[in-house]
Amino acid sequence: MKLADLTQQASEWLRASGPSHEVVISSRVRLARNLAGMPFLSKCTPSQQTELEQRLRQHVVASDVMGNGFYVDLTAAKPLDRQMLVERHLISRHLANAKYPRGVAISADETVAIMVNEEDHLRMQVLRSGLQLDQAIEQINRIDDALEQRLDWAFHGRFGYLTACPTNVGTGLRISVMLHLPALKLTGELDKVFHAARDMHLALRGLYGEGTKAAGDFFQLSNQTTLGKTEQQIVEEFTQQALPGYIQYEMQARDALANGPERTGLDDKIYRAIALLRSARMMNSDEMMYLLSLVRLGVNLGRITDIPLQTVNELFLLTQPAHLQRFLQREMNARQRAEARAELIQKRLSDH
Amino acid sequence: MKFKCDRCDNPATFHLTDISDDGEAVVKHLCADCAADEGIHVKADVPISQLLEEFILSTTSADPSKTVACDVCGTTFGEFQEEGRLGCPHDYDAFAEPLTPLLQDAHEGATEHVGKVPHRAGGDQQKATSILRLRAELKRVIASEDYERAAVLRDQIHELEEL
Repeated sequence: MKLADLTQQASEWLRASGPSHEVVISSRVRLARNLAGMPFLSKCTPSQQTELEQRLRQHVVASDVMGNGFYVDLTAAKPLDRQMLVERHLISRHLANAKYPRGVAISADETVAIMVNEEDHLRMQVLRSGLQLDQAIEQINRIDDALEQRLDWAFHGRFGYLTACPTNVGTGLRISVMLHLPALKLTGELDKVFHAARDMHLALRGLYGEGTKAAGDFFQLSNQTTLGKTEQQIVEEFTQQALPGYIQYEMQARDALANGPERTGLDDKIYRAIALLRSARMMNSDEMMYLLSLVRLGVNLGRITDIPLQTVNELFLLTQPAHLQRFLQREMNARQRAEARAELIQKRLSDH
Repeated sequence: MKFKCDRCDNPATFHLTDISDDGEAVVKHLCADCAADEGIHVKADVPISQLLEEFILSTTSADPSKTVACDVCGTTFGEFQEEGRLGCPHDYDAFAEPLTPLLQDAHEGATEHVGKVPHRAGGDQQKATSILRLRAELKRVIASEDYERAAVLRDQIHELEEL
């Protein structure tokens, strides 16, 4: 298995399966770990950075935690490949753009990604379709156990796992779900959702994490507290206390829109969106995200019956700039991408 | 070190330095409710990491803890406040006191880990700090081109790591 094979398959998190997948697109958990006896990355000399990358790569590969996967040396990787990995949520923008030795180990099904020399020495994540946080935490814990057999983590009796930024210290655990909240957006209730997140010490952000805008009504909800709670407690509070409210709130808003007095207005938006996607000859990324979000809502509400949810989900990924260029095997400017995007959307939508 | 709210007995989650009318710095510790009473609001849609960053940047020059340095990697607390990243694991001991209010802000008042413990934890902390110290010294002797000493230090690091 190698990097080039990735464009041939849909990411695990786009399978459109798993519990609550109408609202929860995917679940992700990540652990931050640092090697004992080494400075954090910002204070490493170039030779220490190289030593870290080699040592961590060697142990990650030898431990077989990524199964039938592969390791990508990101220093040697082409910019387009790095961007593709960002679009697939397998590496962070930070790791893609860093200037020192770094890499990522990816399992064949893309559920596991282990970033080497990110902000912390190791950032490991498990990514699954729908709401599957319990399974994800179990899997990441096993990976951590396996790596711990080979590597000594920087651990403190009082502060727990030590991380470069104190916002991750303790468990080093960040759990997040990607939410599709089109009805709350349409009914103008997103402000309340943001307030609720703050009150529960959660962060609500755009699709590609910190500092990005919420494209096409997709949001990432994640925990902020990593210290003073057990891993189990963090997951339980998130999945049992916080998340059901968001799902229920969105589903209620969808129901009110679909069956209330605004019904025709909503249907108009959905059918216009699908008509535009099927007819347009040029489509920029923002417009597409907006339209696909409405189509996804239409499929979930049973308004659109001839397009599977998975096709909609896949289009979100395949029409991202790097995927588009890799899929068509040529570099393109924004205008060319807009044309290629419109063409790809039409083709995929007419296949059904 | 846990701060209680200046106005009631709840744990304080807001720690701020105000400048009074006669130019005196007044340090306040408040809980969320009393802070709201005083007209201090936190933007609801800003991620906590950003708030923390702003908080780190806003704890200004008057702060004596700024010059506290880690005796292993040399990072000062002021540098950490500017960059938002610590230099080495030992910083958590070196800055234990000034870090406390920051940890409380970021982690719902908590300052102690209660989660998973690695099977190989325990006595290794001292060893890890010794290795860190040797690595810091190695960096210095390489900078001053003392390669003989560097070779000795490398051997010591390897020996400790093999233990």
